[in-house]
Parts: sequence; C-alpha cells; structure tokens
Amino acid sequence: MGKRVGIEVSLAISEAVKLANVDAVAAYPITPQTHIVEHLSELVAEGELDAAFIPVESEHSAMSVCAGTSAAGARTYTATSSQGLALMNEILFIIPALRLPVVMTIVNRSLSGPISIWNDHSDIMSVRDTGWIAIFAENGQESFDLTLMSFKIAEDHRVLLPISVNLDGFTLSHVIEPHEFLDQEEVDKFLPDYEPLVQLNPDKPVSLGTVGIPEIYTEAKKCIDETLIASEEVVKEVFAEFGEMFGRHYKVVESYRAEGAETLLMTMGSVSETAMEAIDKMRDQDNRSVGLVRLRLWRPFPVKDLRVEVAGAKTLAIIDRAVSPGGTGGPVAGEVRSALYSVEDAPYVASFIAGLGGRDITIDDFISVVDQAEKMAESNEIHQYKMIGVRE
Amino acid sequence: MENLNVYAAKLAPQQEFLSSGHRACQGCAELLAARLVAKTLGKDYIIANATGCLEIVTSSFPHTAWEVPWIHVAFENAAAVASGVEAGIKVLKRKGKYPVDRKITVVAQAGDGGTVDIGLQALSGALERGHDMVYICYDNEAYMNTGIQRSSSTPYGATTTTSPAGVADPLGQHTMKKNIVEIAAAHSIPYVATASPSYPFDLMQKIRKAADTPGPAYIHCFVPCPTGWRMAPNLAVSIGRIAVESKVFPLYEIENGEYKMTVTHKNHRPVIDYLKPQGRFRHLNEDNIAEIQRQVDKSYDKLLKKVKMSQEELD
Repeated sequence: MGKRVGIEVSLAISEAVKLANVDAVAAYPITPQTHIVEHLSELVAEGELDAAFIPVESEHSAMSVCAGTSAAGARTYTATSSQGLALMNEILFIIPALRLPVVMTIVNRSLSGPISIWNDHSDIMSVRDTGWIAIFAENGQESFDLTLMSFKIAEDHRVLLPISVNLDGFTLSHVIEPHEFLDQEEVDKFLPDYEPLVQLNPDKPVSLGTVGIPEIYTEAKKCIDETLIASEEVVKEVFAEFGEMFGRHYKVVESYRAEGAETLLMTMGSVSETAMEAIDKMRDQDNRSVGLVRLRLWRPFPVKDLRVEVAGAKTLAIIDRAVSPGGTGGPVAGEVRSALYSVEDAPYVASFIAGLGGRDITIDDFISVVDQAEKMAESNEIHQYKMIGVRE
Repeated sequence: MENLNVYAAKLAPQQEFLSSGHRACQGCAELLAARLVAKTLGKDYIIANATGCLEIVTSSFPHTAWEVPWIHVAFENAAAVASGVEAGIKVLKRKGKYPVDRKITVVAQAGDGGTVDIGLQALSGALERGHDMVYICYDNEAYMNTGIQRSSSTPYGATTTTSPAGVADPLGQHTMKKNIVEIAAAHSIPYVATASPSYPFDLMQKIRKAADTPGPAYIHCFVPCPTGWRMAPNLAVSIGRIAVESKVFPLYEIENGEYKMTVTHKNHRPVIDYLKPQGRFRHLNEDNIAEIQRQVDKSYDKLLKKVKMSQEELD
C-alpha cells in the first residue's frame, strides 16, 4: 500500500493520472480546473510522466484532440469546468458514438450568466444527455480512487465509452486533504495498458464517424444507450476489484445512517460531508429518524440500487445544485421522481435547490430542509422545487 | 512539355485509395483532387475529415470509399482531430505501443467553410503547435454541402444562395476572398502551397513535399464545383486551368518563407474568360468585370513582388 500524503485534491488527481500512465493529455486552462493540468504539464516536463501534453487553443479543440489521440489508441485524459465544458458540448455527443474511452475530470463550476467561477452542478447537468458515464466524488481520496478506476471502466471492451469524474470546484478541488496514494506496481496490476478494439492503423484501415442515414441512426443510438446502461455492471465490478485490492469500497449509491430512517436526505458531491454532520446532529442530539443517501453514479442512473436504498423511507429530500429552468424540479429530483413513480409505497420526493454559484450550504440548511420536507410530505404538497437561502 | 506530361502520367501510382462508387456530383473537382492526394500518399496515411461534401459523399454507413484509416468527428475541428492523431501516434511509437513502425502521414482535410470560417481557430491552433501533419483545404468557394451559401472564401461578385444578386443589390458577394494562404504562412510553418487538380502533377508533387516536410504543411486546393458555380460538369477541369491562366488562382509555394511560382504563363488570359462560363457571375456588368480584373492584377502583382524578393534573397 502506498504512503499517506497531505496534498491539494487537484494535485492528487494529477498524480492519479500519472499513475494511470496516460499517453495523451489535451487541455485548455479554466478556473477551477487549472491546478490539475498545470501539475500534469509539470509531470511531463520533469519526465515523470511519458505522455503527449497538447496545450490546445480552446476546449472545443481539447475534446477534438482527445478524439484524435484516443482513436489513435492512446490512453487519453482531459479536464475542464463550466464554460469549457459548454464549449466542448458538440464534441461530447460524438465521443460515445465513436466509442472512445476518454477520461475527463470535471471540476464543477456554475455556468454563466451571470458569470461565476464558484461551484455548483449546472455544468455537468447541461451535458447530462451526451452519453458519458458520470461519477461524483465526495472528497479527495474518492477523487483519486475514482480517477484511477475510470480508466479501467471506460476501457473495458464491454464499455468503451467516455467517463467524467465530477468534483466540486474550490470547496473540494482546492482543499488540502490527506490522500492514501498507491504504488505504481499496484496500479499497474489493477490497470493494465489500454488495448483498443479499433484503432487508426494503416494495416487495418477503418472509417470512423461515418454518416448515419435514417435507416441506421436509430440503431446506432439504441446501441450506445444499451451499452451505457449495461456499463453499470462493469462500474460495480471495477469498484469491487478496487475494494478487494486496496481496501477502499465503493458503491454506486451510498447511504449513511439510513437504515430505518423515516426521512432521507439525498445529495451528490462534496456537500455530502456537511450533510453527514447534519445527520449526526439530528440523530444524536434531537433523536430524529433521519439518514443520508448519496448518489455516486449519475449516468447510467442506478435505478435499481436507488430503489433499494430508499425503500421504507416516508420522505426523500433531494438537494440539487442546479436549476432546470422551466422544468419539473431540480435535475436529480426529476430523475428520482421518475425512478420511483411506479414503485409501491415510494417515499414522498421533495425537491430543493441550494448552493448555486458557490453559496454555502450549512448544517442548519440541511436541518431546515428536513423540517420542510417532512411538513410537505404530511400535506402531500405538489411543488416544483424550493430554493434554499434565496433572498426574495 | 506536353510529352513530359504524358510520360509523368505513366509514373503516377496505379493504385487507388479513394474508390469509385461514392456519391459526389458529376464533375466534382474536390473528389478528383482528393483521389490524387490519396494516390500520392498511398497506404500509409491517416485522414481526419471535416464535415462537408467530401465526408458526406464518401462515408454513408455501411459504405465507405476510403481504403485508408479515416476519421470524421465534426465540422470545425479537422485540424484539431488530426493533431490528436499525430500526437497520439507519436507518443505511442515512443512508448513502443503502436503496431506500425513505418512513417505515417496524418492529413486533415476540409472544405473552405471548414477552413476559412468555422475551422479557422482549430487550424491556427494546430499550425501554431507545430504538429507534423498536412492540412488540405478543398476550396470550392462556398458552402456547397448545405446548398451553395457564401463563405469568406467566396469571390467578389459571385452570387450564392446567401449572397444573391438582386434588384436592390445587383453585385452578389461584396467582399474579397479571404487570403487564407497568407494566414497559414503567417504561422511561419515550413511549407504552404496552392494547388489544383487541373494541374495534377503539380498537385501531387506538392502533396509529396508537404508530407515529407517535418512539421505542419498547408495546401490550398482550388476545386471547381459545377453544381455551385452553375456551369456544365465537363468544364470542371478546364475552368481550373483558366483560373490559373487568368491569374485568378496562381499556383505557387512558400517554402520556409520563400515564395516560388510553380506554374507560370507568358500570356495571361483576361478574367472574362474565367467568369463567362460560370452562371454565378452571369449578372456582372462591364464595370464589375473591370473591377475584378483590377483586383486580380493587383493581388497577382503583390504575389510576384514576394516571389521576386525571395529570389533576390536566394541570389
């Protein structure tokens, strides 16, 4: 087992990318992603990582270069945030269709406007339907571990889809945390070299990205979605293998003191750590029947596991970190409502939106959310969403 | 000279890597040029293709006309994708992980819209980063794939579906053709050239040179489009020759900053010979044509000055 290091989470992610022995990194700087790519370019310049570092002129080109390096057969990595992700948008849809296992860290930041460099989940939510696997990390260790696991998941021949590891900008990315690093030999055992199924190679010429006429487009789309849905099993397999080798265990849906709880909070990302403190306070000081469910896998949406984790609860209070303007609630709440709609005795789903553009979500906010949700459940209140801490 | 051309044709490779049976229009000079490029580069080259006519007509799944590795991602990013392929192969070779040991030429190819307009940023980025690749722009002077809309490569006076000559505005395109060759050269890359499939051996020689030059090379290829230019398909090759003979599209190269004409004519034809067979210029009056002649003469003279300066430097 590797050594324990106190290091900024962004740098730990770069170290994980180095341990994964990536072949190519193409990236464009954007706050708060910068420390990751700065450190990677440093690792390449110092000769610690043998990779092509391609400093492109935009995120659109970053993802386009990734398409090229990955199609050439290189293990490929990039990172971005917010506007950068939005600029990549067009290409994001094409990467899964080309079945290219690109790994991307998204350091979540709110989308403009108004322009804001601070954290929420509006960036990742805007690319929800691009066909990427999307995983959320809660702390530094998870960011490090999930980065390593992502390559193994994406490159599995049953998957061959791109994957994003999401972590909250600043509140997680810029924090110094203790990380348990892994030794290179251990990582090499866990993550062998990428073996492309199809590769741009003159000895075996292929045409990639051909025209999808109406007779073929539907089938192509169905094929990609079936593969994405089926990738959940591979995600679980890789989580299990990682747990067995390194002793850190991951699930697609996690819970905290949720057993038998009447009211469940539900979160994604680093805010879960504050939520756990709120749960402890409510449980231990106020003797309330509350627990927490944390969604780690956002795409493919873990419908079955979610149903199991929330079974028996009366109220489910979901904290979204993004608005779905003109929609039916927060984006996560909308998904969960759909997933639970036909389930017997499903909990009442209350949708809350909080922590936009870097606004803090405090322990008291979580307690207030639980209070409100229980009242709403009692009267079966029909609502779109409630915004927490907004000044009217 | 003519005898030499007959002989040169026999020396050209017989094998085709862009097969027939694709869906291009009759008389498409873009496909003719792409076929000559494929012939020149042979087996060991990889193409990153932009969205456009060339991509659409050659790759309708489950068919493909390409017998070399080929990737299409989007419209504006052929240069970026090609730079990724180049960088990827280079690093994999270094790490002993690429299955082919031979030199492989990476080519980005796009139309004028995908190059001079929407793809300009990606092109500039790739040229600036110095990737060892060849970028080929097949310039048919408008967005032909979407139905003949103007681009910034459309020449002054041409009517297109978005620069139509009308009663209130009888000129058609008001702007001068963007000089993308100079823009490419401004990146101080080792090799820039113009080419035309109407001069196949000149084109093939330049493609070979571009591929053999380490670092980025840019080829601007003039490809008449009978459909978009409103002319008979059998005129595609001859109009390409007239474009050169009338100084509208001079054939030259810029090697390490030095300009050199590769095809010269003693007696230039007037631009009217070039304009007349094309329906897109049918609406022009004498004054318009005189203005075009003036513009063509001016930019040709400017080019000759650069050629002369380069010669003096070499002498």
